[in-house]
Parts: sequence; C-alpha cells; structure tokens
Amino acid sequence: MTAPLILVVAAFLLLVISFWKRKSPARLREIPALTQLARTLGLSIEDGTRLHISLGHGSLLDARGGSAFAALAMLRIIAERTSVSDMPSVASAGDPALGLLTQDTVQAGYKAAGADDLYVHTTSRVTGLTPFSYAAGAMHIASNENVSTNILVGHFGPEAALLVDSADRDHVNLIGASDNLTGQAVLYAGSQDALIGEELFAAGTYLGAESSHAASLTVQDILRWLVILALLGGAALKFLGVI
Amino acid sequence: MRVFTAVIAIAFGLLVLLGYFLPPTLFPTVVDLQTVLLNWAVILTGVAALVGIFNLIIVHTDKVRRAEKGSVYSALLVLSMLFTFAAGMLLRPDHVAMQRVVLSGIILPVEAALMGLLVVSLLYAAIRLLRRRADAMGIFFILTAVVIFLGSATLPFGDIPVISTWIRPWVTQVLALGGARGILIGVALGTLMTGLRVLFAMDRPYGGK
Repeated sequence: MTAPLILVVAAFLLLVISFWKRKSPARLREIPALTQLARTLGLSIEDGTRLHISLGHGSLLDARGGSAFAALAMLRIIAERTSVSDMPSVASAGDPALGLLTQDTVQAGYKAAGADDLYVHTTSRVTGLTPFSYAAGAMHIASNENVSTNILVGHFGPEAALLVDSADRDHVNLIGASDNLTGQAVLYAGSQDALIGEELFAAGTYLGAESSHAASLTVQDILRWLVILALLGGAALKFLGVI
Repeated sequence: MRVFTAVIAIAFGLLVLLGYFLPPTLFPTVVDLQTVLLNWAVILTGVAALVGIFNLIIVHTDKVRRAEKGSVYSALLVLSMLFTFAAGMLLRPDHVAMQRVVLSGIILPVEAALMGLLVVSLLYAAIRLLRRRADAMGIFFILTAVVIFLGSATLPFGDIPVISTWIRPWVTQVLALGGARGILIGVALGTLMTGLRVLFAMDRPYGGK
C-alpha cells in the first residue's frame, strides 16, 4: 500500500509544481560540475572540438533505467546546442535499447535546432554490450575524435576507471555522474568534476530544460524531507519502546 | 505522430505499472497484459542489439574507409565481428569450438585483462586524487581507503589489531553504510521522478521530441 501511495503523491506533486514552475523560474544552488558542464558546451563550439557524451550501460528494463533517461534528457539539450558546431557531439551507449533512444534523441536535438540535415547517424553509437567492452569502445572515441570533454552520465560501475584513465592520458576534461556507488567513488577519485548521488538527475534543470525538470527536483526535496522525518520518527519511537 | 507515440507510451507505461500493484487474483487480465508487454520489450531489446551491432559496423567501416586515426583497430574489430558472426551461424553459439575459442579463448581473457588493468587504473586514480583535490575531502577519502585496505588485506603477520577489529568494521558498517543508504535514497527518488516524467510524457526520449 505504501508504494502506490508514494507514487500517487509524487505524481500529484510533480503535476502541480510543474504548472507552478512555469510561472516562477527555479532558484538553483551552485553545483560546480554542472556549472562547468554548461560552460563546456559554449567552449567546445568556440574552439572547434567535440564533446563525447557517454550514457553508460543502464538497461531500460530495470531500475538503472532512471539514470539512462536522465542522461537522455541532458543529451537532448547538448545535441540541440552543439548541432551547428563544425565538430558535432558524439554519444555512446552500452545498452542496445539505450543506443536506439540515443540516436533518436540526438536527431531530435538537431531537428529542434533546425539543423536536421546536419545530423550524421554515426555520431550516436553502441560501443559494446558488456561493461568492459563498452568502456573499451568509448575510450577509443575520446582518444581519436578530437574530443575536448568527456561527459559520463548514466550507469557506470568500476569500468569508469578505464574511461577516467584514458581521458587523463589524452588531456580530455571529464565530468562524471553515475547512479552506482562504486562508479561514483571511481569518478570522484578520478575526475575534477564529479556529481554525487541524485545530482545526476539535476543535470537537465541546470542546462535549462523545461519546467518539469525543476519541478521534479522540488518534489525530490519534499520526498527527501519526508524520508528524513520518517527515519527520525521511527528511531525516536524505537528508542521510546513504542515500536 | 508525436501525440500518437506519447499516447501509446503513456498507456503501455500505466498498464505495466498497474500490473505491479494490482492483485493478480482480482485483475488477471492486467497482469497477463503486463507480462506480454514486458516480453515484447525483451524481444525488441534483442532486435535493438542487432541494430546496435550493425551501427557499430557502419561506424568502424566508415573509419577504415576514411583512414582515420586508429583505423587499424577498427578494421580488426569489423573483421572479428564478421568472423564471429559467420562462425556462430555455421556452428551455432553453443558449439564446443565456439565456447572454447571465442568465449574462453578471447572474450573471457580480454575482460579479465581489462579487470586487471582496472586495478592499476584505480590505484593511479587514488594517487592522482591528491593532485586534483588537495582539500579536506580528498585527504579524508584517501585516508579512509588506506585504512579499509589495511584492515581488509591478508597480511603475513596477521590482522592489524585496532584497524582490523575496530576501525574497519566501524567505518564500513556505520559510516559507509549510512552514507551509502543516503546516496541510494537520493538516487531512488531521482529515478522515481525521472520515471514519472517519462510516464507523463514530460520527457519523451522517443518519437523525435
């Protein structure tokens, strides 16, 4: 009963706050990695280099799909902004279904920018179907295709260390976010700009996505406070011997 | 077309979601439909794998044709894929030669080698961390890693008294576990909201929007 209730409350809050956020813009706290990401988009067009967006190997059929969808929302904005560049962004995925959506998303970004004739289907790729083969294929892109920044957003495990190491060797900037704890630890240790925990899901909002993204962050905050209150309340009741 | 795809996605998404919450004894049709839809998704994922492999061949063939940097590796990749595909079609994937040569002889050792490489990469990343983040968090991160490593390692002289018996269990079972749960709750909430945005077609990573 609890799960459907949480779902209904979250859905109701999302719809109401999305409508409200259309009228009042969101006020966001500073997240250095996302500020760097927004700056990188402009810089890559100016200096004629590519961005490589790795969306990880999260399957859309399980819980890891959340980070994959968040990464796709971010990719949509990046594709739109960099579509007119001489060196368009390259996207890679380690899951076949995610690979298909990556192609569709990049193409949609080009269409939205009015540059759909510039879209090249080879800019979105599935580089491997296992975590290590995916990482090995994605390393190759950063090394050989004039990439200035590697953006890893999605589901990454320890294999992210190979991408981090490759980026460091090629002097490529790296911005990383994973929904996996090991992946987060690796990205924290290996990159200057790592996103921790749910910051991954805020990328769309910080890049200027529509109001529903800002609304979902507000709902996350509300739900987080409810979880905190429930945990503290539970601990207090346990301490008092009520439960 | 965009509206049509969104309506289909919302309807199917709601049906699958309902299948998780409605009791199968009272709503057998919904649960059956959920199973059918999930089976379709699995089949489509299999087809997507073929499309992905085809895309990979096109990308690397293009690299070879343009003689781009690293095209030798691209050529090797395409040849290996074609060879494996042909061998799989002729012998079938469960043939002993396929298992021995392709799986045990190439795929598993290569993945194991990458895993071995990972150890070096992680060690190097830890060393570089102090260069990148010479702040309190960076130092704390390294110190924690060293303490856990010392507390977990099998040493010739046995366990290190305080570190193995008190500090490591306390750090892993109290501090790290609490932090990990906090991060996972945040990720779960983010996943929930992203799922709802897709379910309500606010985000449409399909149908060209």
